[in-house]
Amino acid sequence: MVLTVIGYILVTIGVLFLFLGALGIFRMPDVFTRMQAGTKATTLGALGTIIGVGFLQPEWIWKTLIIAVFIAISNPISSHALARGSHKIGIKPYLKEGGVDTYAEVDEGVKEA
Amino acid sequence: MIYFLLIVMLLAIIFCAARGLLGPTASDRIVALDNLTTITTAGLVLLGFVFQRFIYIDVSLIYGVLSFIGVLTLARYMEGGL
Repeated sequence: MVLTVIGYILVTIGVLFLFLGALGIFRMPDVFTRMQAGTKATTLGALGTIIGVGFLQPEWIWKTLIIAVFIAISNPISSHALARGSHKIGIKPYLKEGGVDTYAEVDEGVKEA
Repeated sequence: MIYFLLIVMLLAIIFCAARGLLGPTASDRIVALDNLTTITTAGLVLLGFVFQRFIYIDVSLIYGVLSFIGVLTLARYMEGGL
């Protein structure tokens, strides 16, 4: 009974964060801000949903934990590769007044040296 | 309760697919695709609980591995290193 309540709470939090991540993907103005909203919120949402299902069905907990660990490892790696690739093909970040793109300065320094 | 959660997840999929259709550059579409695969991995586990089928967990695990490799390949191809 307690496990069921904890599982429903975790699944609800997870699905809510999945929805917020998708909303951030839709609303943000730029590739990098979209990636930031999408990846972090979606990782938390997927972890909450999958571990919540593991609490709801206690005999499935080991395989759900394997999926959760794999998502926690693989999602930041793919988002890092995407951010590096899109900065390298020349997409400028969305900057306000006084914003600094430090990665571009480091890249220029490497090219000059 | 669980059907309401599935409807919220469907709304998330609709928003991500809209960004994938509208996105101005190629990397926008790839970011939307990455998030769609993560949402699908979680959604398959939730559907496995709804239908009480253990096989959906295995399908979700294999889907997660294959989508990770696919997104990584697309990112390298976009960068020009492949």
